[in-house]
Amino acid sequence: MDITILCYLIPALVMFCCGVYGFMTRRNMIAMLISLELMLNAVDLNFVLFNRYLYPGSNEGWFFTLFGIAIAAAETALAIAIIVNLFHASKNIDVRDVAHMKH
Amino acid sequence: MEITLPVIILALPLFMFLLLGLTGMKMSHKAAGWLGCLGMGTVLVLSYITAFTYYFSGSADFIDPATHTRLQYIVFEQTWLQFTPNLAIKLGFLLDPISAMMLIVIPTISFLVHVYSLGYMEGEKGFQRYYAFLSLFTFSMLGLVVATNIFQMYIFWELVGASSFLLIGFFYTLPSAISACKKAFIVTRFADLGFLIGILVLSFYTQQLDFLPMTQNPQGVLASMGGATFMGASVLTWALVLIFTGGMGKSAMLPLHIWLPDAMEGPTPVSALIHAATMVVAGVYLVARLFPLYMLEDAALTFVTVVGAATAFYAAVVACTQIDIKRILAFSTISQIAFMMVSLGVASRHNVAIHEGLGYMASMFHLFTHAMFKALLFLGAGALIHAVHSNNYTAMGGLRKYMPITHWTFLIGCLAIAGIFPFAGFFSKDEILTACFANHWFWGVWMMMVAAMTAFYMFRMYFLVFWWDEPDYAAKVKEAEAHGHHAAMPHDGPLPMSLPLLILAAVSTVAGFISFGEFVTFDGHEYHIHIDLTVASCSMGIAILSICFAGWLYMKKNDKPTRMADSCRWLWTAALHRFYWDEIYLFVTRRIIFDGICKPIAWFDRHIIDGTMDGFAYVTNAASNAIKGLQSGKVQLYLLWYLAGAVLLGAITAICLL
Repeated sequence: MDITILCYLIPALVMFCCGVYGFMTRRNMIAMLISLELMLNAVDLNFVLFNRYLYPGSNEGWFFTLFGIAIAAAETALAIAIIVNLFHASKNIDVRDVAHMKH
Repeated sequence: MEITLPVIILALPLFMFLLLGLTGMKMSHKAAGWLGCLGMGTVLVLSYITAFTYYFSGSADFIDPATHTRLQYIVFEQTWLQFTPNLAIKLGFLLDPISAMMLIVIPTISFLVHVYSLGYMEGEKGFQRYYAFLSLFTFSMLGLVVATNIFQMYIFWELVGASSFLLIGFFYTLPSAISACKKAFIVTRFADLGFLIGILVLSFYTQQLDFLPMTQNPQGVLASMGGATFMGASVLTWALVLIFTGGMGKSAMLPLHIWLPDAMEGPTPVSALIHAATMVVAGVYLVARLFPLYMLEDAALTFVTVVGAATAFYAAVVACTQIDIKRILAFSTISQIAFMMVSLGVASRHNVAIHEGLGYMASMFHLFTHAMFKALLFLGAGALIHAVHSNNYTAMGGLRKYMPITHWTFLIGCLAIAGIFPFAGFFSKDEILTACFANHWFWGVWMMMVAAMTAFYMFRMYFLVFWWDEPDYAAKVKEAEAHGHHAAMPHDGPLPMSLPLLILAAVSTVAGFISFGEFVTFDGHEYHIHIDLTVASCSMGIAILSICFAGWLYMKKNDKPTRMADSCRWLWTAALHRFYWDEIYLFVTRRIIFDGICKPIAWFDRHIIDGTMDGFAYVTNAASNAIKGLQSGKVQLYLLWYLAGAVLLGAITAICLL
């Protein structure tokens, strides 16, 4: 049996949906951050896949993936810093407690 | 000619202005005053050297050796702004008979006023600022008279207007001074709009701004107009009348005269310098400068004559009723400037009976003598005001015993302006009347009537101030001292105030004997003044009659003047209120312009323009208020909305594609 593009796309889709679900349902900000990473990795996987299957000669997809990983790392560091600061301020990291930023 | 002296003549007053204006507050009053006088004294000497070199050196630059014609000579000229290849604004220094004459008049009066102010303005707040402004004015006025082109003249024209504004409003804590300076500035500025349009019309057709090519070849200017007409008059007439409008504003001709009487709110020496001797004659100077062009257009000259004659008569009537002595002098100034205007106006080329330049020469002669005796009268009035602390003659009377120097010099000034032989005014006024008679007997008779009124109102003031009834000065002194003020009986001013009076009185006595025609004529040719005996004896006869009449009425306190005023009450009241010109202006501005035009425009601005803008702001505000609940601060809700939007967009895309 050939390994088609679908064999990769479906796990990526599952990963993405898990990420979305997790982001919306979990109240713990660390858990939300992990869900976010899950979504990002699903997208990275898609970039690599489409590059490999549709345009085998070129490598823009690889580059996007590398960019995505680098940005994800930076963003995680930033988010952790914010969460640590919030924890200092309110002694918990429940997302419902940080709804101050409203109108 | 070396350009050093002319450059210094212009640069030094400007430098004094900057020096006194920037560092004056660090100086003592005395230092600033003496510094100002020193600077102006230097300018005076240099100007005299320049002017005398022009008149007497006989150099081929200044006088044609073959024809003995005085030439116009440009000492230097610098391009300042180049618009098109043949239209540029230049700044330069022109020497010709009239500018050299003004180089004598302006520094003389300015220097004497500087000296006089040492006494008059002593101890005033802002003494240094006052001297700085005087220097600024002198700089601007000198720049105006030596202008080589009409645009340079316009620049300095505005500068004298600005310095006049600053000096009228010198006592800036007085509301009356503030409104007077604003009035002067706005009225003259309004007139200058006409001047500017005139310049633009003229330069549009002739493609140049320089005086020399225009005045030396007036026919060329006429030809460049190509016979263009506008509303029935030739374009040249329009240009000249519009330029004259600027002169009407500056020289306070009817109906733009309203600012000058109010300008007397400024310090009296300023009135002597700016509003009697120099700046207000700028309009006459302007017409004289462009005179070869005016000669070509009879309509423009007639306009000048009519405006001048009406103004002369009007101002003379009003001057007969005023109470404030400075206002009497202001109206007399208006009337005398109108004399000069009429004199230019009647100098038409159609006068076959007499030299066509007579009116021109007479006008310049009167400008010269008037500057001297009117400055004398104003400075004398300053001495009176200094002594009794009031502008009104009702507070004066019998002062001849207390202020002998002021009395005698003032009398000389009055005799000079009334045109009594051998004082200066006699000669110049006689030339003007001769020129008027040469044009048409009507103008001659008219101006002679005005001359008689001049003698009357001047001597009315003289008798009321120096004779009439003596108020109780001693009681006033006592009263002032009871209030803790320093007071003294009326007395002559200190030496810095008396000296200029004596000098000007001497000049006013002898200036008439200058054979003016040798120096200043319309075409540079020498012109020998003949005293026309008929005109001279007539004018002097009626002047003496008027003086006797004034003496009969006002020498001793009596009720004749009151009875006379009562016998034609309406005329008296109307003249006292200056024939309601100010009220007419107020009516036109307030009721017609403000109510009829400005208020609807303001309404439109406030409700339509502002309303539209406010409407935009209101809609934006309301819309954002309505949707601000979406920003809940709940991050997960944001994502839900985002997802919903993304799904919706995806669905729409899918529907469209399928």
